[in-house]
Amino acid sequence: MRSDIKHLRRKIIKLAADSGEGHIPSALSVLDILWVLYDRVLKFDPKNPDDPNRDRFILSKGHASLGLYAVLAEKGFFPVKDLESFGKFDSAFGGHPDRNKVPGIETSTGSLGHGLPMAVGAALGLRIQNIGSRVYALIGDGEANEGTIWESALLASHHQLSNLVCVVDYNHSTDRALGLGCMSEKFRAFGWDSTIIDGHDHQAIFGALKRSSNSRPIAVIAETIKGRGCPIMENNAEWHHKSPSMAELESILESLI
Amino acid sequence: MRKQLVNTVESVLKDDERTVLLLGDIGVFGFRHAFRSFPNRVYNIGILEQATVSLAAGLSLNGLIPIVHTIAPFLVERSLEQLKIGFCYQKLGGNFISVGASYDYAALGCTHHCPADVGLLKNLPGMEIVVPGTSGEFDILFKQAYSDGNPTYFRLSERENPVSYDVEFGKANVIKKGKLATVAAVGPLLKPVLEASKDLDVTVLYYTTISPFDPKTLKDNCPSLKVLLCEPYYQGALSLEITKALAPAPVLLECLGVPHRFLTDYGQAHEHDEVIGFTPQSIRERIERLIYA
Repeated sequence: MRSDIKHLRRKIIKLAADSGEGHIPSALSVLDILWVLYDRVLKFDPKNPDDPNRDRFILSKGHASLGLYAVLAEKGFFPVKDLESFGKFDSAFGGHPDRNKVPGIETSTGSLGHGLPMAVGAALGLRIQNIGSRVYALIGDGEANEGTIWESALLASHHQLSNLVCVVDYNHSTDRALGLGCMSEKFRAFGWDSTIIDGHDHQAIFGALKRSSNSRPIAVIAETIKGRGCPIMENNAEWHHKSPSMAELESILESLI
Repeated sequence: MRKQLVNTVESVLKDDERTVLLLGDIGVFGFRHAFRSFPNRVYNIGILEQATVSLAAGLSLNGLIPIVHTIAPFLVERSLEQLKIGFCYQKLGGNFISVGASYDYAALGCTHHCPADVGLLKNLPGMEIVVPGTSGEFDILFKQAYSDGNPTYFRLSERENPVSYDVEFGKANVIKKGKLATVAAVGPLLKPVLEASKDLDVTVLYYTTISPFDPKTLKDNCPSLKVLLCEPYYQGALSLEITKALAPAPVLLECLGVPHRFLTDYGQAHEHDEVIGFTPQSIRERIERLIYA
């Protein structure tokens, strides 16, 4: 498992370096969660990405797209080689994901605060259609500044959407602007089942993602580190939206954990 | 048109199991039967328009057909980015039915006016815009467009024309033909336009679909190359469409619409009509000026 993650980290950093685009630390922050989700939790068929019975994953913080692309390629939604076009003029793979271009991308996100309410709609829709699948959404703590996140939190608990799981990638990027304190308490106050985990511990992630509740939506507050696994980038704001130069690339790849 | 809204939406809820109605805490009494008949598909979602529009997009992702209903400024202006990303950029179908129009709620003030809706939505690629002039026309146009896979905005108003025409989504109607000028009337402005022009030798075209615009009917019915465009929202929203439809011929275009300012007076809608010039007499003067220009 760990070696898979390291391989994905390498891929993400090389893609960003080649294209000069991408939010590497965010992609690394969510990578363990995405890997466990696609490797062990979600029901899906990469050859039939529109299967109505699939579980849905919505990357609400779209700027972590590189992490999701890398995982989707690894899981066979499209050839890994296609990712080499990342960020180029006519590529399907942009800095934020486009559902109309990339198989396996459920929603086109980028502007923050849109993915979670769409996930609420998808979860409500599954219930209306009597489909027993689940909807997973991944938001960031910076994203949780947006009012629509809390509008969604109200809606999901009011409508008892126990088929909805919201993972918060709590890498504390918003502490410098608008601190959120204990996110778990906040979600609980909004009527959610909520738990806090180490967002890089695969067993803990798996356990939290498999939680179930009779009537409550489920919040998983994943404590994460921006740039996880790449020492020079860990919790270093300078790297938020920066690509390594070719000169930096070799030593960065060497240093990966 | 509110009563018709209930009848039309109820009949679609009954006939099409894919439809889901989301009310922004208005119209709840009117839809009381629908709540009972379709408890899984009718929601009084609350006063959170942004999340409501995104939630509707999530329903659409699953192949359902959302119908969102609230007052125009909250549906359009507050939720503009949700309409842009959730529906237009993602290419998802949905229906947005507003009430209040430009200033139906005149006495409630500018927070409840929405003369900017059509101009704003015209800037969202893929958004269809419908401005029916009567209840009956709303019924026809909604049933034609609600499941076409595109986002569609229906602008309902308390103001109605006395007669319904045989409207078709995406097409303008030729109401009468004349030589000296062409008047393009949108939705409920047809009534004063027809009164104003009853004995004038002018063409009157009636537009109930704003986007996609029907250029052909205009091109085929504008021998004078003089157009008075009468729109019940901020003026000139369709001016580019008019000039492009007639290009390369040069058109003399006059725009009547809500002036681009806040309508800070209260009172009743017809009082605003008089100030703006949405009266037969005022429109007649505009047409005559254009004819002799």
